Amino acid sequence: MTTVAIPRLRRPRLPLPVVVATVAAAWLFAWVVEAPLAGWVTFTALGLQHETHVGEAVGFFLEDLPKVLLLLTGIVTVVTLIRSFFPPERVRPVLAGRGLVPGAFAAAGLGIVTPFCSCSAVPLFIGFVEAGVPLGVTFAFLISSPMVNEVALVMLWGLFGPWIALAYMAAGLTVAIVGGLVIGRLHLERYVEDYVWELQGTAAKPIPIQLSWSDRLADAWVYTRALVRKLLPYLLIGIGLGALIHGYAPTDLVAAIGGRGNPLAVPLVVLLAVPMYSNAAGTIPIVQALLGKGMPLGTTLSFMMAVTAISLPEFVILRKVMKPQLLAVFIGVVATGIIAVGYMFNVLVS
Amino acid sequence: MRKIEVLGSGCANCHRLAANAGEAATIAGVEAEVIHVTDMREIARRGVMSTPGLVIDGTVVSTGRVPSAGDIATWLTEQS
Repeated sequence: MTTVAIPRLRRPRLPLPVVVATVAAAWLFAWVVEAPLAGWVTFTALGLQHETHVGEAVGFFLEDLPKVLLLLTGIVTVVTLIRSFFPPERVRPVLAGRGLVPGAFAAAGLGIVTPFCSCSAVPLFIGFVEAGVPLGVTFAFLISSPMVNEVALVMLWGLFGPWIALAYMAAGLTVAIVGGLVIGRLHLERYVEDYVWELQGTAAKPIPIQLSWSDRLADAWVYTRALVRKLLPYLLIGIGLGALIHGYAPTDLVAAIGGRGNPLAVPLVVLLAVPMYSNAAGTIPIVQALLGKGMPLGTTLSFMMAVTAISLPEFVILRKVMKPQLLAVFIGVVATGIIAVGYMFNVLVS
Repeated sequence: MRKIEVLGSGCANCHRLAANAGEAATIAGVEAEVIHVTDMREIARRGVMSTPGLVIDGTVVSTGRVPSAGDIATWLTEQS
C-alpha cells in the first residue's frame, strides 16, 4: 500500500493553562452549587418532605450523585497525573534490591501511587519476580495497589473527613505489609507457575519512556472519561442502594446485621463482599449510608476493603502465574487481614 | 514493511491501541503490519511490565498507556 503521506492537521488548541484553569473553575462552581441545588429540587420543586422515607431517599440520591461524580472526576484526573510519574518500570528497581521486611513496607507504600490495571497484573508480577523482587514484596504490592486506592482515599476525605481516610489507608497498608510478610515467610516460591522462574534474568531492560505534560494531561482526561463511563452503572446502583438504606432501612436492621450486637459482623460483611466487585469509588455511597445508619467504622472499612481487594476477575487473571495453592493462600491472608483490621478498628473507635 | 506490535492480554485498551496503530500507519503513509502479542512470557521478555505496550520494529516506544494515532504516526515517521 503506497499512499502519499498526508500530514494530519491538528485542531488549533487553546493554550494548556487556559484549558486547565477553565475546567478547574467550572468544577469548583459545580461543587459549591450542587448541594443547595439538590435540596431545592427535592424539597421545593418536587415538594417532598423532610423526615419521610421518599423525601430522604430522593434527597440523598440527588445530592449524592453529582457530588460523587464531581469528586470522582476531579480526583481521578489529579491522581492519574500524579501516577504518571510512578510507572512500575520506575518502581521495580527500588524494590528489587531490598530484603523482605523493608521491601514489604516500600512495596505497600508504592502500591498506593503506582497505577494498577488488573490486566497488567500478570506482566507486572512476572516483571517483579524475574527482576529478583522477593515474592512477599511483590504480594505486598499486589495487595495494596488495588485496595489502597488514592481515589477512594481522597473521596473518603472529602465525604467523611481526614480521620476516616487515614484510617482506611492505615488499615490497607497494614493488611498489605502483614500479608506480604506472611506470604514471604511461608516460602511459597514453588507455587508460582514454573515458566515465571524460567524467565528470570531473560527480560530486556525496560526503556524509560519520556512523557510531556500535554501527554500526561491528555492521558489523565481520557482515563477519567473512560473510568466514569465504566463506573456509572456501579455508582447509580451504589448511590441508589445508599439512598434506599438512608431513607428506608430501619436502624435496628442495620444494627442487627452489622452492628455492635453482632460479634460476627466483620466476617459476615467480608463474605458478603466476595461476590461483589467494584472500584473503590463505587463503594463509597454505600459506605456513606451504612455509616450514617450506625454501622461501626471497622465493619464498614472491612466491607470496603473486601469489595476492592477480593476481586474475582483479578484472581482469574492471577491464576495464570500462580498455582491454586498460592492463590488460595493469597486470598486467605488478605481476607484474614481485612477481618482482623475490622475488629481492631471497632475496638479502637468504641 | 514496518512491524508494529501491540503487547497485552487482550483487554479493551489493547484493542484501542491496535486500532490507533492501524490508523497511524494510514496517516503516516507507511505499510505496516499490526500484530497483537498476548503471550505473557513474550511480553515479559521485552521488558514490558504495564500493558498495553507498543513496539515499532523491535523498539519499545510506549508502555502502560494508549497513545493516539497521531502520536504513533509521528513515531513511525521519525523512526524510518
